[in-house]
Amino acid sequence: MHDAIGRRRFLGYVLAAPTLVTAAELGRTPTASAGQHSPAPAQLPSPEITEIVDLNDMMTVAAAPTANLISVEVGPDGSVSFALPRAEVGQGITTSTAMLIAEELGVPLERVRVTLADARPELVFNQLTGGSNTTFSTYTPVRVAAAVARTRLLDAAAADFGVPATRLTLDGGTVSGPGRRGVDIGKLAAKASSVRAENVAVELRKRESFKVIGTPRSRIDALEAVTGKKKFAVDLDVPNALPTMVCRAPTVNGVVGSVANLGEVRGMPGITDVARISTGVAVRGETFGQCIDAVRALRVSWRPGTAEGKSDDDVREELRAAELPLVRKPPLTDTVDETFTFHFRSNSALEPNCAIADVRADRAEIWSSLKSPIVAKQTVAARLGLPQRAVTVHVTEGGGSFGRKLFFDGALEAAEASQRFGKPVRLMWHRADDSRQGRTHPMATSRVRISYKGDTVLRYDQRHTSVSTDLGHGLGEIITATAAQLPVGDIGFAETFFQLSQTMSYDFGFNSRLLTETDKGFNTGSMRNVYSPDVTCARELMVDELATRMDRDPYELRRAFLRDDRSRRALEKVARAGDWGRQMPDGLAQGIAFHAEYKAVSACLVELDCRRETVERPIRNAVAGPRVTKVVFAVDVGLAVNPRGLEAQMMGCINDGIALALTSSLHLRDGSFLEASWDNYFYTRQWNTPPELQIIVLPDSSDEPGGAGELGVAASVSAVACAYRRATGTMPTSFPINHDTLSFEPKPTVPPVPQSPTDGRDHAW
Amino acid sequence: MPEHTFRVNGEQMTVDVAPDVRLLWVLRDILGITGPKYGCGINVCKACTSHLNGQAFNPCSVPVGDVGPEDEITTIEGLPATVGRELHPMQEAWLDHDVAQCGYCQPGQIMAAVALVRRVRSEGRAVTDADLDTLRNICRCGTYPRIRKAVAEAEAHM
Repeated sequence: MHDAIGRRRFLGYVLAAPTLVTAAELGRTPTASAGQHSPAPAQLPSPEITEIVDLNDMMTVAAAPTANLISVEVGPDGSVSFALPRAEVGQGITTSTAMLIAEELGVPLERVRVTLADARPELVFNQLTGGSNTTFSTYTPVRVAAAVARTRLLDAAAADFGVPATRLTLDGGTVSGPGRRGVDIGKLAAKASSVRAENVAVELRKRESFKVIGTPRSRIDALEAVTGKKKFAVDLDVPNALPTMVCRAPTVNGVVGSVANLGEVRGMPGITDVARISTGVAVRGETFGQCIDAVRALRVSWRPGTAEGKSDDDVREELRAAELPLVRKPPLTDTVDETFTFHFRSNSALEPNCAIADVRADRAEIWSSLKSPIVAKQTVAARLGLPQRAVTVHVTEGGGSFGRKLFFDGALEAAEASQRFGKPVRLMWHRADDSRQGRTHPMATSRVRISYKGDTVLRYDQRHTSVSTDLGHGLGEIITATAAQLPVGDIGFAETFFQLSQTMSYDFGFNSRLLTETDKGFNTGSMRNVYSPDVTCARELMVDELATRMDRDPYELRRAFLRDDRSRRALEKVARAGDWGRQMPDGLAQGIAFHAEYKAVSACLVELDCRRETVERPIRNAVAGPRVTKVVFAVDVGLAVNPRGLEAQMMGCINDGIALALTSSLHLRDGSFLEASWDNYFYTRQWNTPPELQIIVLPDSSDEPGGAGELGVAASVSAVACAYRRATGTMPTSFPINHDTLSFEPKPTVPPVPQSPTDGRDHAW
Repeated sequence: MPEHTFRVNGEQMTVDVAPDVRLLWVLRDILGITGPKYGCGINVCKACTSHLNGQAFNPCSVPVGDVGPEDEITTIEGLPATVGRELHPMQEAWLDHDVAQCGYCQPGQIMAAVALVRRVRSEGRAVTDADLDTLRNICRCGTYPRIRKAVAEAEAHM
């Protein structure tokens, strides 16, 4: 068992401070026995690149050269504090991080206070929240820092009690020993502190002794959320940071030509400032309502943007022109071929782009929910002409992200407006702006060819062609961000990202996948994953098609070709729990799909009702559409730190997948996106969500957690699409399936934002 | 500028602002009551849902000039006091089911859910799946199934 202990021994630090502060290196936590053993790499018969190195590995390796610390502080009141260098946007990482600390330190979860760290440039790569990487990359370092604290507290108590530390225990925030009354850790915190930084070797708790990790826990901020006390960026009380909005162009990225009535608008009720900035005309006033009035009153002549005159069909043509040829059909084999189109989709969160900025002559302070705060800080500093050290960037709690908060469009704009006005601003995008000028998931096509002979699949080829995805946040640091903006570097980076994030889960013989990108004229970004929902949806539909051609059951065929037992277990679980193959009336069908990523596996079974009376059920200002009546989802993330949080993430992923398959897209017409409201952009609503839902967290299959935040979307969208194919008997090739029907009356683009109604009292209910 | 007087969460408030400014901004930007959230400003997303004299309404769509001293506005901050408790049963059910993810839409969701249970009860019946389908509040995190469970639990305790 020497090896097992060796794997649990690590080096951490105690830092010089008046109270106990312990630390560990983020990204590279040296084992205390480093170099003692080097396991031979596993030999794989047909290695998949992602089985050897995947995106999580790449991000973790990218962090290795940085020796930077995260620290746990034990206060004299017995509380434990930790500033997480990541963004909490609803995914539950403050809770799971608090659980790691509570476990390792031996304190009740309620005592652990996890806040979000300001931008820390010294962390270089290691302050990016993305790629579902947080728990994976922080699992060991956070526990090491907490374990150092436990060790120091036990040592301090041992000196006090006059007994060896080995005879003492720390549990529930109290140190106790034989015949001794317990002492609270708060009373030991000063004694356990150090006047200089020292290395401390610690042993992490055994997996079998976990009392917190792996148990379902509620969010640490749940009470604040349900009482309205949880503060988002624009809720913060920053003196004189008055509401600020921007009047934007009618077309994507259009720019201001001239403004006819700046002076008149400056004189409107409540308005304090009006000025041109790089993205439009900024207005600052006493209330956002008066900002809306001012935005609507501005008379601006606009110059063209970056997608001038383009509509969906034009972009679809651009993609067609950029598509790489598929391999030639192998002789004497059968093939299934199809091309799928995935339309533009908005990654708008419910909290729109927003930030508070207070820019002075010699310094600036920013508050915003930011997943790449280091790049934000560096970019803001450059834009303002200030040294980096003069810019403080606070990371606030985020109201959703889905990829949007990897970028800092609101923060950069707020900084510019504040500098221009010489006053603090509370800048928020109107929903119409957030939808029309905010980032989108790019339109893409995915072409699949499966070559087979009899019961044998010979090869699988997929060519994904996409409007360029802005990965300009790089891996969180300006050097990579700069490299990603170079035309050549960007292609290399995107292709790398594509290869590392995609995997081929089926033993389909030789397989190849390639990404081609075109058109950088759109404001793009990831949306709860970069490629997988589209790539996997295309693949899973073709697996169903293959099953039809081979006259095999879609579930049995998947089960037969999945590459490993862990994957099969997930698939079998949903098939059994969801009663795969049960008889259903005409117009209803089941769909089943599988997806692996982030060192995790997932499977989804849905039941979909495509009967006409269901599809056409009347709902005001909405798309009813086919109804997903039931979902059974199984997930294995290796080690589930917080099963309740994991279930919440899968629930969100399922609802995202339903929207991607059935209802939600942006329509590009003549250089503008038409959607300007949540009643135009049809994200899943209560009337679309499955009344029956079962999420199964499979038993842990690893000692380490994989990623989860984005994991579940791909299997969900695929299962819904497969169910649609089976229920209707036609292969859906364009997503969402309702895209060709415009289900709303588009709002005007000039003025860019709609006025608020005044008849709210009439609609009280 | 004209003064407007009305009640918010049991307290009489007077604000000095143009009458066409919508109540959402009066609450948030002038009175500093930030529980009701902005999500659209056009009475679509329902993130600002609060109660006006006990009924669900959306302050983004009511000019402050339309309310008077006899009007009682309840935001999420004032919900527990309406039942004389630390937390309203709906909030407790929300905690029991760990409903919130990012939390941004949750004040509006809870206020709408309370109104739904009251309305259905006034019709002498229990909340059905079809009733839950009528909730228009958007949750971009997609926590709808937990909302449905929490409403069912709270209904039993209201």
